[in-house]
Amino acid sequence: MRVSLFIPCFVDQLTPRVGLATAQVLKGLGHEVEFREAQTCCGQPSFNAGHWDVARDAALRALDVFRGAEAVVGPSASCVAMMRKFYPEVLAGHPRLGEARELASRTFEFGEFLVRKLGVDDVGARMDARATYHDGCHGLRELGLREEPRRLLRGVRGLTLVESEESETCCGFGGLFSVKFPMISTAMAQVKCDALVRSGAEIIVSSDPSCLLQIGGYLTREGKAVRTLHLAEVLAAR
Amino acid sequence: MASPRDRFLTDATQATRDAPQRDFLRRALGGYYENRDLQKARYRDWEHARDAAAMAKWNAVNRLDRTLATFAANFERNGGRVHWARDGAEARAIISRICREAGAKAVIKSKCMTTEEIHLNDALEAEGYGVVESDLGEFIQQLRKEPPFHFVFPCMHLKREAISELFTRHLGTAATDSPEELTMIARRHLRQLYVDADVGISGANFLVAETGQVSITENEGNARLTCALPRVHIALAGIEKVVDRLDDLAVLLPMLATAGAGQPMTCYNTLYAGPRQPGEPDGPTAFHVVLLDNKRTALLADPEQRDALHCIRCGACLNVCPIFKNIGGFAYGTTYQGPIGSVLTPHLRGLRSWNHLSGASSLCGACTEACPVRIDLHHHLLRNRRNAARAHANVFDKVFHAAFGWVIARPRLFALGGRAFRASLPMLRRLPVPYLRTWLRTRELPGAPARSFRDQWRDSQP
Repeated sequence: MRVSLFIPCFVDQLTPRVGLATAQVLKGLGHEVEFREAQTCCGQPSFNAGHWDVARDAALRALDVFRGAEAVVGPSASCVAMMRKFYPEVLAGHPRLGEARELASRTFEFGEFLVRKLGVDDVGARMDARATYHDGCHGLRELGLREEPRRLLRGVRGLTLVESEESETCCGFGGLFSVKFPMISTAMAQVKCDALVRSGAEIIVSSDPSCLLQIGGYLTREGKAVRTLHLAEVLAAR
Repeated sequence: MASPRDRFLTDATQATRDAPQRDFLRRALGGYYENRDLQKARYRDWEHARDAAAMAKWNAVNRLDRTLATFAANFERNGGRVHWARDGAEARAIISRICREAGAKAVIKSKCMTTEEIHLNDALEAEGYGVVESDLGEFIQQLRKEPPFHFVFPCMHLKREAISELFTRHLGTAATDSPEELTMIARRHLRQLYVDADVGISGANFLVAETGQVSITENEGNARLTCALPRVHIALAGIEKVVDRLDDLAVLLPMLATAGAGQPMTCYNTLYAGPRQPGEPDGPTAFHVVLLDNKRTALLADPEQRDALHCIRCGACLNVCPIFKNIGGFAYGTTYQGPIGSVLTPHLRGLRSWNHLSGASSLCGACTEACPVRIDLHHHLLRNRRNAARAHANVFDKVFHAAFGWVIARPRLFALGGRAFRASLPMLRRLPVPYLRTWLRTRELPGAPARSFRDQWRDSQP
């Protein structure tokens, strides 16, 4: 299959290794991988802030960028949810709504693509570690992914998957929410991170780089020696 | 006076600093999850039950003109009187007139958030009536002169010692940490007050159109006494409380109990069909229902969000909300706290003053997942934000997002900007850059990589 990468803007700029790992895993499974350089940001920050006109323009751009792609795969449940669920919402009544729905049908979150579309749950990865999975809210509730990432993690040799309390509780990131209401966002991070630390995991894995920014950022500031890794990075490990 | 937004920021900040209280709240709600899941498992199919409950409310609310007329006609046929109130002031005037005409002195109340919405107690007290809350949680909050903390569990923020001290101070009772004894103290105090009251004021969980009945659900039996002993009974209800058929309660009553409190059914579920009928030995001689609009019809006119009127006030969305669990109920500054309150309040009290509540959410969606009548809660917060940005965005926001949109439409400029940001991050960290500084106050940022994904990708291509 020819897979077109959908790399979130902050992965592009701040954690490029997540994008590279995504490409590596997909190539390792024998798929052709492309990256269309015209892509930038999906528009979610403006969408969440209520500026749907900005988000609509971003959506229209994305329709052009990903035209003709066989499958669009992104290592962020949040940005994929933007594309799949909210592009049709901001384009309601727009002549290109049909195109947006069509793009939604061939856009996938990375782990979802592996398990649901390709039917893969073992990519041949190896990592000797005790890990726990954090359910990002967009993956869990907008895309309905719960078992998929866990199946992939159970397929990793050497990896022990433990569940944490509050695994389905929001980490408190929420985009601009994290800086517009920092006290609430930080309180939520504290609840989340305390539970993650209590789980005894050495590594916290998620399908959402933005959650990892929050969780990793808080744990580092608190001086906790727990690593955060994106699911793709774990699956790329040998 | 501080704006609702400023007050929210101050109160929420203060609440998040109180770690023991946040722990207490989270632990109190931990038991709820367990019980709720246990009860949910008794349903053959919880998700289909949600569909059925949502449909029952949809049917009633989407034909509200007819459903309400049917209810009013049937309720009056049973001997009751229906009053229509456009807003809080009209509702207060109607209730106060009924009390006056009944020659009342003392009023007893069972739990009713709609009376909180219209600040009924203050109005009645100002006119000289003695008003007593008979629901245990509301009774405690009344003694504390505090509004309810949670619209289903009014005093869930209090520990037993605090309640015991409160009773000692106001009722002169001995200290105790037994919940049963605390309940008995309130019960002994309240018994005579039911007998002395001339008017009983209740809310309504559902108004059944086909039979003209008022359905009230409670755990303490206090509503039964409130509705049965005084000579006059007044029920205040929002117009959205109506359902078409008695059968609808077969799904709504258990779901209200399970979603809201993790109970299979609430302890007492009573249908009040009218005042004392000829030949009956007891019950009120007059029964009034006051139907309150207070901007509900404006919400009904909003096709995107009118499903917020399906709300059965179970409180499930508060119980699962990480925002509520961290800031508590008072910080909202609203009658209805939590996600449903953040959706409704901008409609009921003005988007301009209350949109900050829609912003104060990470949009995690736990509320929408928990809602037994499938209100699209967290997406409505997004719609409120959109409506606010359209109607009155502040200049900073407008410029920020317009500039952001301009940059992300230009991939080369975006890449260039990204490079500049990464290169200057070590310096920017030390400058008062909006948002960045706020982030860094409590959280780290990963070190910026020298090269972006797109740069590395380009180099790796043959």
